[in-house]
Amino acid sequence: MSQTTAAAPTQRKRSKRARPRPDFWAWLGISIVLTGIFLAIFGPYIAPYQVGELVPGASQFLPPSSETLLGTDVLGRDVFTRLLYGARLTIGIALVATVLGFVLGMAVGFSAAEIRGRYDDFVTWLIDVFLSFPPILLALIDIASLSSDLWVLIGTIAIIHSSRVARIGRSVAMNIAALEFVEVARARGEGLVSILVREIWPSTIRPLAVEFGLRMTYSILFLSSLSFLGLGIQPPDADWGSMVKENLNGLQTGAYLSVLAPALAIAILTVGVNLIVDWLGSQSGRSISEELTK
Amino acid sequence: MFKLIAKRLFLGLITLLAISVIVFIGTEILPGDVAQAVLGQAATPETLAALRATLGLNEPAYVRYFIWLGKFLTGDLGVALTNGMPLDRIIGQRLTNTIYLALYAAVVALPLALALGMLSAAWPEGTFDRIVSSVTVFFISVPEFVIALILVLIFAVELGWFPSINPRPRWSDFFPTLGAMVLPMLTLVLTVLAHIIRMTRAAVLDVLKQAYIEMALLKGVSKSRIILKHAIPNALGPIVNVIALNLGYLISGVVIVEVVFSYPGLGRLMVDSVVFRDVPQIQVVAMVFCAFYVSLNILADIGAIMANPRLRYAK
Repeated sequence: MSQTTAAAPTQRKRSKRARPRPDFWAWLGISIVLTGIFLAIFGPYIAPYQVGELVPGASQFLPPSSETLLGTDVLGRDVFTRLLYGARLTIGIALVATVLGFVLGMAVGFSAAEIRGRYDDFVTWLIDVFLSFPPILLALIDIASLSSDLWVLIGTIAIIHSSRVARIGRSVAMNIAALEFVEVARARGEGLVSILVREIWPSTIRPLAVEFGLRMTYSILFLSSLSFLGLGIQPPDADWGSMVKENLNGLQTGAYLSVLAPALAIAILTVGVNLIVDWLGSQSGRSISEELTK
Repeated sequence: MFKLIAKRLFLGLITLLAISVIVFIGTEILPGDVAQAVLGQAATPETLAALRATLGLNEPAYVRYFIWLGKFLTGDLGVALTNGMPLDRIIGQRLTNTIYLALYAAVVALPLALALGMLSAAWPEGTFDRIVSSVTVFFISVPEFVIALILVLIFAVELGWFPSINPRPRWSDFFPTLGAMVLPMLTLVLTVLAHIIRMTRAAVLDVLKQAYIEMALLKGVSKSRIILKHAIPNALGPIVNVIALNLGYLISGVVIVEVVFSYPGLGRLMVDSVVFRDVPQIQVVAMVFCAFYVSLNILADIGAIMANPRLRYAK
């Protein structure tokens, strides 16, 4: 009797240790990402000015003051305001594109793992073709023929993600599709969609969570780079990448803040996501080398 | 083994063919028409129709694709729409410039990355490893253009050590050119370095977990000898793979870096042709980039086959 009561607390301790709480760095990452999401949703309500509004009486590249927290940009607009509006575009587009890419990639990858045969061979080959296409070129070709429309940008990033997600999703789903409960579902006569969504998908969430984080940072970096090249978000709207581009001249006049503020915003956000990814990665037990060399 | 390599080469060719279809569809079948682009605002319905006929735009798409592919394969690249210059000459010059920059970056990055990766793997979770891994997380998280701008700010604007806009590479002034190209080179190095360090570390650590390493340790073999003689040869396969993939990753880096430093390479040519919608130029540059990328992937696979005897026999 007394033995069992003594054993219970140690067991509870052990189960706690098996799933350690987020450490300091993970909490830092989580709070950065939550702040980013908060700003993306409520930023425009906090912003002191309108997104394209010139600060009354201000000229270009003013240093920070009580009216303009981070100074003004190349046209005399408030950098802080544009940063808040930019959060919505940068985070919003990256999130939508990553989610779309995952839905598409998982649909393709999971179905290939479940159906097998010719379909699987074809899908694998198609994935290989897309993977041997440098992402930036795919984006440039899309933009050249379809313009830098918001949905073209989102669709392009989603397609770039989908081939990578499909490959990883397929290899994860292959192992799950061979398990008994999926076998049972097949025998029960569940349809393909039901097997993919109700049987396979729930078991892949943990391994794919790491991938989602990696893809999310990639979306942010990729969108910023396109905007920096002048091919992403078009003025007067601005995400953080295009803010860097607009204010490049500020570097010569010493107005570093108008360039560094959006650049640092991108860096902090992606570092934040990566901190969460690292923590998730150390949880899921699969080594990063396995994730990347596939 | 040769059969396997031949098969890989053949697959590479098929991939390139598929890519050419994507490039063609992306640039010619989607809305927007070359004749309209050439004539611009001055287009009347008659001149448009005439130009379409001379350019062969009235043929069905698949016929145009084969004509385009045939010309491409026989080396007839045509002229750029924007300035009428023969494309083979433009591309040749830009390609040499880009290769010059990429090689420069690769020569600096590879030994550095391998050394840092192995040192971090030698004392995992040690101080050195922790410093390297937090620095690499930062560089992986930051876009290339931000790294480039920070470098420009520090080394060109504040310290004035290197020019921020660099000249054309000249083979005659080899060393001065290298000096002028330090900042673009450094940007590329920093973006690629982090990935290779992480992968080298992971690959070496994976090998160090094996039983034969434990055996060697118990025999009293020294740590440096274990890493150099036992771990490295076995970690080589994945490392070669990652290096090749990262050199491919250089491509997207190259596009950004060339634009930031206004360097006359292939990447900037690609962005310029997208801005001016110069379709023939986009097609050729895209195909050159893809061919480069595909060949790197093939080389990576062949490298992996060479390094790992188990891969030499087809299943």
